[in-house]
This record gives sequence, structure tokens and C-alpha cells, in this order.
Amino acid sequence: MKNAIMDSLIITKRQLMQLARVPEVLIFSTIQPVMFVLLFRFVFGGSISTGQPGGYIQLLMPGIFVQTVAFTLAATASGLAEDMKKGLIDRFRSLPIARSALVVGRTLGDSLLNILVLVVMAAAGLAVGWRPTSSILNILAAFLFLLMFGYALSWTGIFAGLAVKDARTVQNVSFLITFPMTFLSNAFAPTTGMPKALQYVAEWNPVSTMVAACRQLFGLKNQFGATANSFPSQHPLATSIFYMLLIMVIFVPLSVRKYKNSSN
Amino acid sequence: MKSVIAEHLTKSYDKGSVMALDDLSLDVAEGTVLSVLGPNGAGKTTTVRILATLLKPDSGNAQVAGIDVIKHPDKVREVIGLSGQYAAVDETLTGWDNLVMFGRLYHLGRQQSINRANELLERFSLTESARRPIKTYSGGMRRRLDLAASLIVQPKVLFLDEPTTGLDPRGRMEMWGVIEELVKGGVTLLLTTQYLEEADQLADEIAVIDHGKVIARGTSDALKSQVGGERLEITVDANHIAATTQIVEKISGHSAHVDSAIRKISAPVSTGAQALMDVLRALDAAGIHALDVGLKRPSLDDVFMALTGHVAEEEPKP
Ligand SMILES: Nc1ncnc2c1ncn2[C@@H]1O[C@H](COP(=O)(O)OP(=O)(O)O)[C@@H](O)[C@H]1O
Ligand SMILES: [Mg+2]
Repeated sequence: MKNAIMDSLIITKRQLMQLARVPEVLIFSTIQPVMFVLLFRFVFGGSISTGQPGGYIQLLMPGIFVQTVAFTLAATASGLAEDMKKGLIDRFRSLPIARSALVVGRTLGDSLLNILVLVVMAAAGLAVGWRPTSSILNILAAFLFLLMFGYALSWTGIFAGLAVKDARTVQNVSFLITFPMTFLSNAFAPTTGMPKALQYVAEWNPVSTMVAACRQLFGLKNQFGATANSFPSQHPLATSIFYMLLIMVIFVPLSVRKYKNSSN
Repeated sequence: MKSVIAEHLTKSYDKGSVMALDDLSLDVAEGTVLSVLGPNGAGKTTTVRILATLLKPDSGNAQVAGIDVIKHPDKVREVIGLSGQYAAVDETLTGWDNLVMFGRLYHLGRQQSINRANELLERFSLTESARRPIKTYSGGMRRRLDLAASLIVQPKVLFLDEPTTGLDPRGRMEMWGVIEELVKGGVTLLLTTQYLEEADQLADEIAVIDHGKVIARGTSDALKSQVGGERLEITVDANHIAATTQIVEKISGHSAHVDSAIRKISAPVSTGAQALMDVLRALDAAGIHALDVGLKRPSLDDVFMALTGHVAEEEPKP
């Protein structure tokens, strides 16, 4: 067990070293969300009325946090697919290490990357007027919540990477899924403007429940975008936790199995 | 003592439509080198992956260093080194980073991993490029680093899957040198190759495989004599052809083949160098001056052709 943890941490360290050797990756994965913060704040901010003290940015930041965390699963998936293609996975699998180390190590590395990106984004948010009003504990809880969501999602990335095996394809596929998911939600605009059927989809979308939960934790009063008294809009925290567990329950065993059989 | 034993391995892909291994059996004696020689698609990689615990066979069993590969894969992994068909190292990291990381994954301490990395880099002439990302390495350097990574802890059995495929002639010679050094150190080695001369150069024994089966095995010499032994070839002036043919046929005991155009007489011999000496002495006594003499041994290409009816194909460039 101790060895299994050590092995995972070595893999995590490898990922950090990769980031250090290719700093472009880090720079682009932080620039993009910061750019989104600025664009949404200044392009849409003026035209979306929120009835919220502090304006659109208060509602926007939780939305962009969730989106950014969701987007990192593409990097998880493509990184793993790359390892598969290069035969690195075979090497790891021929070593006397815990079978889970490679995937667990990578999910931990992704979480570290998420921490960094969230910190940079929070700083950018604060610079353009984001002011969470809740207690420091609640704010920390929100970030912890975001990290947990990212962690759960990175398991879907692991599975996709092992299944698709081609870095570019899996990256595109990931975006094809995460992009509409993050926009078909309450993250950037109220869902009330959507056709009725889409409103239901948006309401139950895990991205929406996550965003709503974070907004709550950051001290916002109204559940921007909640269209009805539906369960997810009433209980965003509980629903989000349920989603995370569901993702893990499905994708952890699937990924581990896929990894073990990755060549059979 | 056998260090590697594979018995009746079968493996099919795509729901049985591709038979990668079809009742393949082989073994490697401790401290020796077996070369698995076969064309592209013969089943070399599949064999290596099964022995290195990366793949489960559909049936059959295998042992490496006395440990059952299917029942105790974890134990097997502790005693083997594997260098796959494509160099499997982290391209973005430096050679040094890679080796230290693999040392840590073999559960060596930090300092020990560093020492071992330095040692191996030195041994494989990679010290100068140790701090450069692998991306910048040549194909030969990559393969050497990959080999180094499989030697972090002295493996009892080493598997090399086509260690020189894709290398230029210089890279290939360097790799051969490295492998010969290793073999002197006493490792048990199973090496796959499509290159006939490579098997000839490096292996104690050769198993020729085709369509997932071993179709012949033995020493390089034994395989060659299976195809036909050596031939004595001798070139003389035109006016000596008849007399020379007589001498050659007497010593060979077989009828000689005479190519008058190039004035070359050849005949099979079973006693090799001895026959050559005898012929030279007889010619000398008869006052005939030979322009060129030699023993021609069949190449492994001839062996392959005779065994499979087709030549070993070259791997298409990936
Ligand atoms: N993952 C796979 N899926 C389907 N067929 C495969 C797979 N791996 C190998 N094969 C097939 O099995 C046969 C043996 O392959 P392989 O062991 O890689 O041969 P070699 O290494 O000698 O070139 C080939 O016909 C190959 O196409
Ligand atoms: Mg192969």
C-alpha cells in the first residue's frame, strides 16, 4: 500500500516535470480561462442583467471555474493516449509497481494543475471585480468542491484516453462533449431563455448543479438560471455530490479494467 | 537450467480471426541468447509481450526464471527487463530524468537511483546528452536509453523486441556492440529480429518463426546445414578446369558444378576447411594455380527461403 502511494506520487512528479520542461502547456492552460474571464466580463457583462449586487462577474466566476475544471479532462485524456501510443504504458506495466499507480498518479497531477489554474483565475477575477461575500471557510469549501469535481472528471478523461488511444482525436472528442455541456448550463446565462426542453437538460446538467453549488458557497442568493422548483436547483450541493460519486463509481473501475487489459 | 520456457502458446486477435500465435513453444537456457527470427507479423511482439506479462495467452503456459508468467506476473516483473519494439521513454523529459524516474519506480532510493542513472548513461555513451530532452535524441540514442531503462535493476532475463529496427547502419552497429557487452555480462537474453545477420551475429541459438509457429530452431550453423552445408568454390584458368573438376569431385565425393563462363567450379563439402586444404594441396601437387578459393556458407536468407518458401519481409517504416 505504501509502495502504491509512492509509485503514484512518482508518476505525479513526472507530470509536473513535463510541465516544467514544456511550460507552454501551463501558460496556455491558464491564459485561456483568464481570457474567458475578461471576455465574458467585458463583452457580455454589460448586457446580461442579473439583479445581483456586484453584477455579472459574481455569477460568471463560478461558471468559469467549473468550465475550466471540466476542460482539463481533455488534457488528461490526450496525455494518456500519448503514453499509450508511445508504448510507455507497456513499460510501466512491465515494472514491478502497483497497477493503479499510473492512472492514480495522473489524476493527482491533474488536481495539482487544477489548483494552480484556479488560483490564477481567482486572482484575475478579483482584479476585475469578483467579490465573494461568504465566509472564508465557505470559499475554501467551494474550491475544494471544484477540485473534487475535477478529480472525478479526470477519471472520465483517463477512460477516454485509454479507449481512444490517439491524442488528437481524444482531445477533440473531449471538447465536443465538454464544450456543449458547459454552455448548455446556467454557467454563463440564465437558462430561462432556452427552449423548454433544453431548460430541463440544463437543469440536470452536472455543470449547472456544480455552478449553482459554488454560487451558493460564494454567498450568492439567487440560483441564477433555476427555472423551476426542481430537485437539482433546490439541492445543487447534494446533486453535485451525487454526480461526482456516480462518475467515480462508473469510471474508476472501467478505467482500471481498461488499463489492465489495455493490450489484450 | 532453462530461464525461459514457453509451451504451446496460442493467442488470437479480433475474435479468433487473426491467429497471432499458433501453438508456439520455445525455451532459453540460462545465460544464453535466443534470437526469435521472423518476418513482420510472425508473432514476435506477441510472444515477447506474453513472456513479459503484458498479455495473457489464450492457452498454453510460460515460465520466466522459474516463475509462472500467468499465475505470478508480479514476481516475474521483478526479475525481467523489457525493451519494446518502439523506444518507450518519456520524450519530454531528459535521459537523466527518465532513468532516475524508472529507478524510483523500481523502488531504489533517491541517491541510489541517481547513481544508477549516471552509471548507465556512462555505460551507454549518453552522458553528454543526459540533460537534453529525449525529443532531441537520434533513433540510436533513444534505443540505447530505452535499453538502459530496462537494466536499472540487473534483470535475470532480458527481452529485446527488434532492438535495431529503424536504425541506420551506424546505429545498428552501436546497438550490437552494446548488446554483445551485455551478453558477456551473463544475462539471459531473448531477442527478436527480422534481420538474419543480426540473429547470426548475436544469438547462441535461433528460433525461426512464421505465422505464429516455430518452424525451425538450432544454432546458426545447424540451421545453415539444414539447408545444405558449405560449398567449396574455386576459380582457375580455363585450361585447368577439367583437371581441377576431377580433383574437387574426388575430395567432395559429389559431382561438381562447373560454370565455364566465370571458370568457377563448386561442390558441396562436409568437412569444411579440411576439404579446402586437401583440394589446395592436390592442386599444388598437380601444378595448378588457383585464382580464387573459398568456402561459401549458406546465408540465413537462404535458410529462411528454404524453410518458409518466402523471403523475410522488411518492416514498413512506421
Ligand atoms: N492488438 C492486435 N489486434 C489485432 N491483431 C493484432 C494485434 N496485435 C498483433 N496482431 C496481429 O497478430 C499477428 C502477430 O503480430 P506481432 O506479434 O506484432 O508480429 P511481429 O512482432 O512478429 O511483427 C499479426 O498478424 C498482427 O497483425
Ligand atoms: Mg513486432
